[in-house]
This record gives sequence, structure tokens and C-alpha cells, in this order.
Amino acid sequence: MPTVSPSDQRHRQLGLTDGEYALIVQQLGRHPRDTELAMLSLMWSEHCAYKHSRTTLRRLPTEGPAVLMGPGENAGVVDVGGGLGVAFKVESHNHPSAVEPFQGAATGVGGILRDIFAVGARPIAVLDSLRFGEPTSERSRYLLEQAVAGIAHYGNSVGVPTVGGEIYFEAAYEQNCLVNAMCLGLAPIGRLIRSAAAGPGNVLVLLGALTGRDGIGGASVLASAELGEGDAAKRPSVQIGDPFAEKKLLECSLELLESELLISLQDLGAAGLTSAASEMASGGGVGLDIDCDRVPLRELGLAPFEIMVSESQERMLCVVAPDRVAEVVAACERWETRATPIGEVTDSGRMRVRHAAELVADLPVSILVDDCPVYDLAPTEPVGVSLYPAPPATLAPDASAAETLLALLGSANLASRRLVYEQYDPIVQSRTVRRPDEADAAVLALPTGEALAVAIDGNGRRVACDPRAGAAEAVYECAANLTCVGATPLGLTNCLNFGNPEKPHVAWQLTEAVEGIAQACRALGVPVVGGNVSLYNEAPTDAIYPTPVIGMVGRLPDPARAGRLRFARAGDAIALVGPFAPTRAGSEVAKLSGHELAGPLPIMQTAAVRDAQDTVRTMVNAGALHNAHDIAEGGIGVALAECCVAGGIGARVALPAGLDPFAEALGQGFLVSGPDVALTGLAIIGRVGGDALELEGVLTVAVAELAAARDGGLARFL
Amino acid sequence: MRARVLVKPKAGILDPQGQAVQRALPALGFTGVTDVHVGRMIELDVQDPARLPEICERLLTNPLIEDYEIVSADPPAPTTASA
Amino acid sequence: MKFGVIRFPGSCDEVDAQLACQRVGEAEILWHADRDLRGVDAVVVPGGFSYGDYLRAGAIARFAPVMVEVAEFARAGGLVLGICNGFQVLCEAGLLPGALLDNANLRFVFRQVSLVVVSSDSPFTRACEPDRPLSIPVKHMTGCYYAPPELLRGLQERDQVLLRYAPGHNPNGSLRDIAGVCNAARNVFGLMPHPEHAVDPLTGSIDGLAIFQSIRAAVADRLAV
Repeated sequence: MPTVSPSDQRHRQLGLTDGEYALIVQQLGRHPRDTELAMLSLMWSEHCAYKHSRTTLRRLPTEGPAVLMGPGENAGVVDVGGGLGVAFKVESHNHPSAVEPFQGAATGVGGILRDIFAVGARPIAVLDSLRFGEPTSERSRYLLEQAVAGIAHYGNSVGVPTVGGEIYFEAAYEQNCLVNAMCLGLAPIGRLIRSAAAGPGNVLVLLGALTGRDGIGGASVLASAELGEGDAAKRPSVQIGDPFAEKKLLECSLELLESELLISLQDLGAAGLTSAASEMASGGGVGLDIDCDRVPLRELGLAPFEIMVSESQERMLCVVAPDRVAEVVAACERWETRATPIGEVTDSGRMRVRHAAELVADLPVSILVDDCPVYDLAPTEPVGVSLYPAPPATLAPDASAAETLLALLGSANLASRRLVYEQYDPIVQSRTVRRPDEADAAVLALPTGEALAVAIDGNGRRVACDPRAGAAEAVYECAANLTCVGATPLGLTNCLNFGNPEKPHVAWQLTEAVEGIAQACRALGVPVVGGNVSLYNEAPTDAIYPTPVIGMVGRLPDPARAGRLRFARAGDAIALVGPFAPTRAGSEVAKLSGHELAGPLPIMQTAAVRDAQDTVRTMVNAGALHNAHDIAEGGIGVALAECCVAGGIGARVALPAGLDPFAEALGQGFLVSGPDVALTGLAIIGRVGGDALELEGVLTVAVAELAAARDGGLARFL
Repeated sequence: MRARVLVKPKAGILDPQGQAVQRALPALGFTGVTDVHVGRMIELDVQDPARLPEICERLLTNPLIEDYEIVSADPPAPTTASA
Repeated sequence: MKFGVIRFPGSCDEVDAQLACQRVGEAEILWHADRDLRGVDAVVVPGGFSYGDYLRAGAIARFAPVMVEVAEFARAGGLVLGICNGFQVLCEAGLLPGALLDNANLRFVFRQVSLVVVSSDSPFTRACEPDRPLSIPVKHMTGCYYAPPELLRGLQERDQVLLRYAPGHNPNGSLRDIAGVCNAARNVFGLMPHPEHAVDPLTGSIDGLAIFQSIRAAVADRLAV
């Protein structure tokens, strides 16, 4: 039996532990060849193998009546009626974006789009969840501007609307920004396709761009290594996106599926051809023979291992019956898209790669996909230590309520996002019923006459304070956003952005957060249909807040009645709905006041929250309300101000006794307004009207002043 | 021949990229820089360099808003020094 | 009547334009590589990023085979509407005067803007009420209208500026707030705002319909002659 030679430690540079390498040698009965080692090191990376999260993720409920495809495919799919399915997924592109924010964010969008059309769905919407350091930092402003420009460049150019998103600024993200992109796609259920290869003798066809040295050791290695000194040196391996090529690839792939020319389809993402081919082979229980000499290259002299792991963008892999290959090539030519047979399906159960007539890799598919060891986490709750420094106080201790409200509205986390969303096209494809800032969730009309709603949420600071409750809140907050437009949740996708899981406190944050999400999903009856994990988001000096990001999709019966957040009519009554019992733990006002991060967060009164959601949703769908808005960061004071600013009209409100206007409990309280008769039985707290927001006995501020504070919050930095 | 075509905004045309660069330089301590213009460079191998002006005017530039200059990128032909 | 909407590789708003046209008539998609307008009564060159907007916005699309037919159709007096990228393509093709530069702030801009109808004396604006501004979205990276001073003067003298951004609504730095211009013969019109995204109260305003209704009325008049 060969052993690990002490002189050869290349496996360590490729991210494999000595134990993992020994396991490979044991399984193969020999040392792996160079190409095999490159393939295995990527397939056994955290990014591809989920080796530190797989066990924990099993806690998430994945089944529900609407689920058509669950975790394990390129994207989850839920049934939205009328023979249509909606595919969706959120994915991170954090490390590439920290190294090169424009291309990192752009290719993040490109990658998530391909995940969606890989299942046969036409991408119909993109949302983005971004985290940066405080905007007072020059680097954070640079990352923000470049990441937003990259998302705009790619999303706008491929003709997919960017309909929503969120941005938080916290010092904990200074070294590790987060760029998570979510995409939704629409497909006739009959056109949905899986990635499993089938039928020995069928042809493996590579579609799209030429293969170059992009991202050799890019996403996969970057996604598994803590960023350290010398990031600039990693720059050459970052992938460059070409949205024009993606647009053609998208149209071409959908046309091939429409013509029923494909047996299976898979996008090339992290670990390139290796990962795509391995997953296709594993899913179908078959083997694949790949001939590197047939892969069209952008530059001469790529070694076979480079061809097998290149992360050149805008490529797809498909399986085609031999007698249909000519049709596939012809259809691709029409879209100026390359289609090249590069191998075939076999019944060997092995991944065999040839280069210059030599067999450079011959591995059982199972070793690539199934044999990576799964590690149990060793979670330990940190007791008596504060993991994160208290933020610097920016709000004077004796600030008045009016000053506090204006400070909150102008704070980086709550200020208007107009400067960002104006760089995105939210209306292409003519489905967008609610644009950014019009409602708590984006609303997209369906051809059935109904509509979809989608929102994305995740407040890392609150998860840092109380991982289980904070993560659960993100699910409730998303559901609340959908509720406000009248939608019933169908499913969710998540992106778990955490630090190094081998550290006990990070393991604790991760397991607690997943438990919180699982509990919330079960309580609300919303299945998790897919997602992504991004670990090791740490730099030498700091770790990020634990940041689970939740993307939720729902369905509503009548798009014309979809809720809006603005106060609409003078004289309307305003009601507070829900078991809203907020505290200042983890709140924005606590941050501005320089308080330590500390829990616990308010206890979720599950049944009462569900009732409140049902009440609001029913009223929205009945067309009874003029506005609906959930109470989130900044408390009821900020929520009321947002309704006033959006409507350009004031309100006079008497808060329930003892209710702190700036305390927070996310996803648990709703503000609705409408004629008195529509609000019968609800707790009326005030009326719409005038040109100021008045909280009786607390504050009075002109709407114009509120708007100026909110509009100026980011503008002063950009 | 390997040619380089340098394309720049015509004089007097709004050049926001040039202005952005010009504004950024003093902030970095580079004073005394004026009249910055940002254009682009296109490198191409052509068999018949005589056709380059037409290529530039029909495709590589929009003559309404851009000027161009053609520069040979070939290494200078070796000259033999004679005493 | 029948509209033809061109699809280039990289077009994004061609289906949106087709849907808008279908509110006033028939509409079909025309493929960039076909030298055939299939007998349509009016041509729409839609928005998007034809050929990735590489080199310059519209610079490559103008050489598509279908554009030979569009130029011929325009010379014969046929109505051609260019929206956003279509406006850029028509300028690059020399079918419209002037050029479009990158937005003054170098950022892509999406915004619902207010437009002043400068002239309703055209086949594209005849259904617009002269004193009523239009609320229509813009979304582009390269929308700053430019023409040299003498050309600009000529455009105004010949009443070729059909739409301007209302005061305070110029999103891109366009000279004289110009949002849309027609050719001297008044049968080719380009604009940066997207009237096809303002035809349905469910998804926005309906002020863009007037553009499509104008075209339909103009075609009906011609057919009646």
C-alpha cells in the first residue's frame, strides 16, 4: 500500500489534509495522478463537498406540497399552478468579490442565472444581498460601488430584472464583504430537466465560451481559504464575466430544451468541468469519458488539469443522443454559441479523462462525489466572552426622540437604497408589478393571472446576538414581507455565510442558526428547496457576523391588489397588527448608541405571528387596505416614517403605552392603513394625514425632513 | 502588420471618464494634471494597412464623437548601422 | 397593421416591445440575420445590449443583415421606431442624427421620468396631447444625447426634437434635455425612454401607449390613401 510521501505535500497546497490524502490513496490503491489530484482536491473542498455543513443541513425541512425539485439539483423548484414551476436559488460569491468586486459580483450573477436555466427555467428576476464594512471606510465604499456596478453590468445586459435586495454595513464585514445573489426562473413543468446523465453511448456536449485559465484554483480554493496578505496576487485567477455570451447561452439552452434535444443539462460553476461532469455522472449512476483535446481552448498549452478545473464562465454541459448532435450544433450556431462534443456517457461508473491519447485521470465517480469525509462540528457556546467589539457610538446619549428617528433614517443600514437600485433594471420582461421601494416584497405577474412575490433578508448583527432566534427572525421577516403584498410562502432558499466552522464558537453559531431556520420553517410550513453554504469568511483581524440569508418565494392571487408600503389617503386609520413586543437587543438604535452585541432577542410567539400574517394577507387580498408594511429595523418609529416618506403624507399616532418607538422584533408586527370599516377589530393607533409624523408625546417631524434624512444617508458617501 | 488604433473623444465632447480621473488625481496627491481624456486602444493584425482608415471610420470609431490615430505596433525594422 | 420587432443577439426588450405593439395591432419578431422584413408596416428596433454593446452601443448591430432592409424600408418612407439600444443602433446606422454617449455620471440609470412632448407633428407623437407630460421609465448606460452645435440648431429649426425630459428629469446629461429625435423626413424616430414599459396599469403607467397608437394611426392613414 503506497503511503503519503513526506516530500510530496502538494495535496496540502491544494487544500487536502494528510488524512484526506491518505484516504484517497487507500481508496485508489495508488497515488493519484496530477490531473486526478487537482480534480479530487476541488471536489473534496468545502465548497463542493459541504464537508463541515452537510450533517447540520440535514435538520432543515425540505418537503412540502408545492415542492417539485428539492436540494441536490441546480435549483429548487416549486409548483405555482397553471402547469408552471418556479425555480430559485441563492448563492454566495463572497471571496471572489472581496478580491475583485466588479467581476466577482458580475460572475456571481452569471453563475446563479446558469443554475436557474440549467433546470430549464427562464430567469425572471434577480435579487442581491450585500454586506460591507461601514461606508465611512474607503475600501467599503469601493467594494460597494464596484459590486453594484458589476451586478448592474451583468444583470442588466442579460435582460433579467433585478427586483430587490438588501444591503447592510457593519464593521465585521470590512475584510470579508458578502455578495449573495438570488435568481428566480419560470418554466412549464414539462420542460424542467435534471442534471443526471443517462444512456451509455450518448454524447457529452460542451456549450458556450472557450476554456481558459480563468479561476484555476479560483472559486473553489478561494471559497475555502481564509483571506490573508497578498490578495492582490490571487487576482489573475479571478473569473471574468461576459454577459453577452451568457445571454446567447441562455436563449440557446432554452431553445434546445424546448426542442427536446437534451437528455440532461448542467451548468459549469466552481471546479468547472470536473464538478459538472461528476455531478451528472453521479446523479445518473453512469460513467463519463472526456477527451480534453476536444475542449475548445482560448489559449494554447493548457494542461489537462487546468482544462478540467478551469472556471471560465458562460459554459454549460449537456447530454445528447448521438443522432441529435447535429441538430444541437446547428441550433447553437444560430445563437453564435459554440457546441462541441467532448466525450460520452459510459456504463463504467468511472470518470476517465484523456489528453493527447493518454489516460490522465481514471477515477470512480463515487470517490469524486461521495467519498469525501464528512466532519462533525464541535460546537461550543462561548460563555462570558464577547465575540465582537461594541460599535462606536454615533448617537448622543441625550439625543431626543426626533433626533434619534432622523439618525436612524439617515443611518447606513436604514437609509434609502435608491442610489443602488437605480443602477438596476427592475422592469425588463414586463412582469414587475411592485418595483423596489413600492412594497416590502417584489411582485411579478404570472401568465396564469396570479403573481409571485419574493424577498430576501438576513440581519447578521441580530444573529450574532442570538444565533437561533436571529436566524429564525430572518425567516419570519421574509414571510412578513411576502405577507404585506398578500402572498403565501411556497418555499425558501438560504445562503449560510459563516466563519471558520472548525472553531467551536463558529460551529455553535452555525448549528444554532440552522436550528433556528429549521424551527421557523416548520412553524410556518415553508420548505427549504435549496441553498448554498459559504464558510471560512474570516480575515486575520476579524470574522464576519454569522449571516444566514433567506430568500423566500410566495404566491398571491391578484397582482392588482398586491400591497404597497406607502400611506395613501388622508383620514385613513392606521392599525398595528401582531404580537409586537420589541426590545433594543441587537437593534439599530443599540448600534448607534454603541451598545455591546447581546441577546436575547424577543421570544417569537409563533402562533400569534402566524395569525397576524393570515389577517394581513387576507385583508390585502380582499383589496381592503391602502397600505401594509412590516415593522423591521428601527422599530415602529422608522416603519411609520417609511410609510410617510413613500406616500409624501404625514400621520398622527398614539403608540400603545410602553412601546419603545425604536425597539425591534423582526417579522412580528405589521402596520396597515385603510378606511375605518376595513380595520374593524384591529388595534387602531392613529390616522394618516398632514405633513408631519407625530408620535403623540414623543416626537413631531416634518415628512420633508424625514425624507431628506433617509435620502441623504447613503448619498453623502457615494 | 500589427496596428494599434487609439480612439479618444473629440475635442469639446463631454468626457465624464476623463473628468472623473482628473478629479481623482488631486485627491491622491497628483497635482498639476489637466486635460485628461479617456479613450480606448484597439490592437489588430491587418494584411493591408491602407484599409485601416476605412476600418476606423466605418466601425472602430463614431466620427461624430471620436477621433482616432493609427500607430504601428510592429517592432521597428532592424536598421544596419553603416560607418 | 403589423409591427416587426427586430431581435439581435443581446436584445433584451424585444418581447416587451412585441407585447406593447400587440396592444394596438399585430407584431412579430424579425431575426437579425434574415434580410426580410416579412411585409410589416412598421419596424421597431428594441432595447437591450445588442452584441453586448461591445465597441460602442449599437455599433455592431447596425451591420446586421436585417439592417440593410431596415435602411431600405426607411428610405422608402416606412416608419421605424428605435427604443433605447434601438435609438443607438439607428444613430450608428446614420438613420438618425447625433450620437449617444455614456451617462454623465457613468452609472446605469433606471428611473420613471417625465417627458415633454415638444412636437406632436409626427407619425410617432400625433396621438399625444401637446400639453400633457408623459410618465415613462428610462433604463440605460449610454443615453446622453449629443449632436454638434450646428446639427443641434438644425434639429430644432426643423422641429426634429419630439421629446424632451421635463425640467429636473434629465437622467443622463443629454444636451438640451433631448429624449427623442426624428429624422428630417419624420419617418424614423429614436428615444431613450421605454414606451413599451408604460402600456399596462399593472406594471406602471400607460403613457407609452400614445406612441404605439400614433404609429397605428399613421399607418392606417397611409393605407387609406
